[in-house]
Amino acid sequence: MRNNLGPALAVGALLVLGTGLGLALFWAPEDADQGVSQRIFYVHVPIALTAYACFGWGAWKALRLLWTREARYDLESYTAIHMGTIFGVLVLVTGSIWAKVSWGIWWSWSERQLVLFLVLFLFYSAYFMLRYSTDPGPRRANMSAVYALFGVVLIPVSFLAIRLAENFIHPVVFTREGPQMAGSMFFAFCVCLAGMLLLAAALYQAELAGKRLDARVRELREALA
Amino acid sequence: MSGYLGDVAALARTSLLLELRQRDTVPAMVLFVVSALVVFRFSLPADASDLASLGLLWIAIVFTAILALTRAFVAERDQRVLDGLVLATGDRSAIWLGKVAGVLAFLVLAELVALPAFALFFAAVGWETVAAVALANVGIAAVGTLLAAMAAASRARELLLPLLFLPLVIPVVVGGVGASVEPDPGRYLAFLGLYDLIFAILAWASFDYVVAE
Repeated sequence: MRNNLGPALAVGALLVLGTGLGLALFWAPEDADQGVSQRIFYVHVPIALTAYACFGWGAWKALRLLWTREARYDLESYTAIHMGTIFGVLVLVTGSIWAKVSWGIWWSWSERQLVLFLVLFLFYSAYFMLRYSTDPGPRRANMSAVYALFGVVLIPVSFLAIRLAENFIHPVVFTREGPQMAGSMFFAFCVCLAGMLLLAAALYQAELAGKRLDARVRELREALA
Repeated sequence: MSGYLGDVAALARTSLLLELRQRDTVPAMVLFVVSALVVFRFSLPADASDLASLGLLWIAIVFTAILALTRAFVAERDQRVLDGLVLATGDRSAIWLGKVAGVLAFLVLAELVALPAFALFFAAVGWETVAAVALANVGIAAVGTLLAAMAAASRARELLLPLLFLPLVIPVVVGGVGASVEPDPGRYLAFLGLYDLIFAILAWASFDYVVAE
């Protein structure tokens, strides 16, 4: 049963994300203000929400680890945060491209979501530094889990901080909340979001399976040696 | 005094006694923060506003705190005391609270020099900055002590702590700078208080997992 989950998710992701991108590019109406460049919205925002979902999933697994002390949750939490970080980098890249096309600049400190992802990227990069410089074992699993929990708490706190900082760093010039979304746009967005979540789930399953295989091979090798 | 608070007081007293005998952390922090302020003097253009220098004050405070935090678990690690403490104390969060008290005391001592030095070199320090520094100290000590315990368990140690610490104190810097430079400091001080509350509870609750095998 478990072995079929990965391929099923991969096929689902391909179908749903393909449909979503098709809807976003050819079916949803063009944005009155921003024109064709607005269509990156259907990629950028679902990626951002998927990244949050991955960080949240990683923190949930971390909580389960601390709660039950079952070692398998360590790998699951790590894999989820790894996925979240990859999607987080994609948020920074797509956001940067959107900023360049819309405003002619690669980076804008007045774009809260981007600034938040920069902070989160730094935070979760340190998570990997922590893991790679600590010997594997229950202590490392616990420390990673605690750090992952700090991450999900940091997300709203940082968001609030960035909003507060705008008063003295940079006045808000651009807002994306401006135009109301048409029904068809919202539908295309939802399909894209579902596709992106399925893609993340498929990648998560694939990496987890690989990591488990890796651990199993190492155990067997140690048993043989 | 016995029980939980007794453990905390004993551990805090140990930190302070060690420092009183060896005097290696607080003098280093004081010298560092004054040096940093002098360096900042030469990195600001002559017509820079007082607001810009207040921002730099917060950088100096955060970096000075890193010095204290890097030293926080050195004695325990070198003498392998932490394992004993973990086995000895009833509630392990007492270790965290004792260390937080020690770090907090060192921070306050360094700031007793840093804030007058800042006023001398740059601009007057208002009550709102002092209040923000006091609130920020709590958050910095609470989060930093937990991260210092993590870093002490890793191979990278001193290298790792700033990487773990800086992304987490960005909100503290925002609150502190906001309270120092904005005409209405109230909500920034409230934000700092909120940060202290959330992260102190989180660090207090999770310290057990960081030191236990």
